[in-house]
Amino acid sequence: MEAEKILLEVIPYILRGVPVTLQLTVLSFIIGLSIGSVLAAVRIFGTQPLPLIAASYIEFFRGTPLLVQIFFIYFGLPALGIKLDAFTAAVLSIGLNSGAYQAEILRSAVKGIPEEQFLSAESLGLKTGQIYRHVIFPQAIRIATPALVNELVALVKYTSLASIIGVAELFRNTEYMVSYTFRPEIYLLAAAIYLAICVPASQVAKVLETKYAIPGFRRAVV
Amino acid sequence: MDPPLLELRGLRAGYGRVEVLRGVDLSVDKGEKIVVIGPSGSGKSTLLKCIPRLVKPTSGEIFFKGTRVDDDPTVLRDIRSKIGFVFQQYTLFPHMTLLRNVALPLELVKNAPRSDAERLAMEALSRLGLRPFASRYPLELSGGQQQRGAIARALAIDPALLLLDEPTSALDPELRAEVLETLYSIAREGRSMLIVTHEIDFAEAAADRVVFMDQGVVVEEGDARQVLERPRNERTEKFLRRLRTRL
Repeated sequence: MEAEKILLEVIPYILRGVPVTLQLTVLSFIIGLSIGSVLAAVRIFGTQPLPLIAASYIEFFRGTPLLVQIFFIYFGLPALGIKLDAFTAAVLSIGLNSGAYQAEILRSAVKGIPEEQFLSAESLGLKTGQIYRHVIFPQAIRIATPALVNELVALVKYTSLASIIGVAELFRNTEYMVSYTFRPEIYLLAAAIYLAICVPASQVAKVLETKYAIPGFRRAVV
Repeated sequence: MDPPLLELRGLRAGYGRVEVLRGVDLSVDKGEKIVVIGPSGSGKSTLLKCIPRLVKPTSGEIFFKGTRVDDDPTVLRDIRSKIGFVFQQYTLFPHMTLLRNVALPLELVKNAPRSDAERLAMEALSRLGLRPFASRYPLELSGGQQQRGAIARALAIDPALLLLDEPTSALDPELRAEVLETLYSIAREGRSMLIVTHEIDFAEAAADRVVFMDQGVVVEEGDARQVLERPRNERTEKFLRRLRTRL
């Protein structure tokens, strides 16, 4: 009876949280990538005070707990007249937070390219736009990829924080089932599912990295 | 009378509050090969970078074929497409093959169709004996091959002036030889060159003139033999003596 209950009720219920976890992850990653690209561009190309504003954004989101940010957006914003449902609030706060980290990943990838690369492209007569398009960005994106995948994998796990404001994702459903069955070993099942999501993601990244590797280029460490 | 190929007048440049060039006058005639020597920090490299405006001078003037080099993007692009520049290292773009490296400026700057650009690029590579490496990526090549590749790229645009900033100093001794050999053969072709280097033997054998710089100014310049063998200035002599004992 017990095994049957777990097989027929608990597991399907928990698995129903998986697509929600994946949606939270992908959407907040995309928001983070968009914000991160803009912030990185502003920090690299902008004129004051724009880079300073971007830097403050980054410091703020990296220097305060994600949980506090989620609470503020879900519980605090309604006081300012902005009401969001739990899922949107979670995506938004995780995305805003990730944007700060992705900005730094992208910025340091561009900054990590030796100055001579820019100068020699310039000396050849390339326009600034051509230099970024043909010389800087293709190298920067390769440098950034492992760190961006790291960030994506980290987001899979961070989305579990959305459970606190009631988003029915993987961890929330797990907790629900633990209290329903009084079987805390179900947490192990949740951990296994997170692993089953994260490990293939890292593997895909490794495949991509090898496929698009620049022959002889220094191997980035994931 | 034709104006000199390149003329620098009262050139000053610096980074932040540090003044690196403190008034340099220099002219290069067509076909002339000039070697610039001097201790590190003397401003040689900055001088070279000022010519295609990779470093902006704080004052002074640069004339290339009689045209004043300034911030006008059309003029600047035109001048850069007539001057080849080779850096000490990290010159080739690591994410493209050697052939693409050489073809890229022909496509983007000279607007050559891809097939023409690659044919010209292949010719440039062949001339320097790099044809077998055309489809390799820069980091699959030795340092010497990379540097020769960079020279091939600079030559592919058929520049009126070739600038080389310590092209051999980042290389292991056994790789220096092949790059020097390439430089000798270019020098023999009669192309105008301005080279910053510590390779005194090369200066002696290939240069028409030698310029000695120290602390941001030209201390001595003249016929290569004269400057290297019978320097008039005490600082030049001291520098050369130190360079020779080190070798």
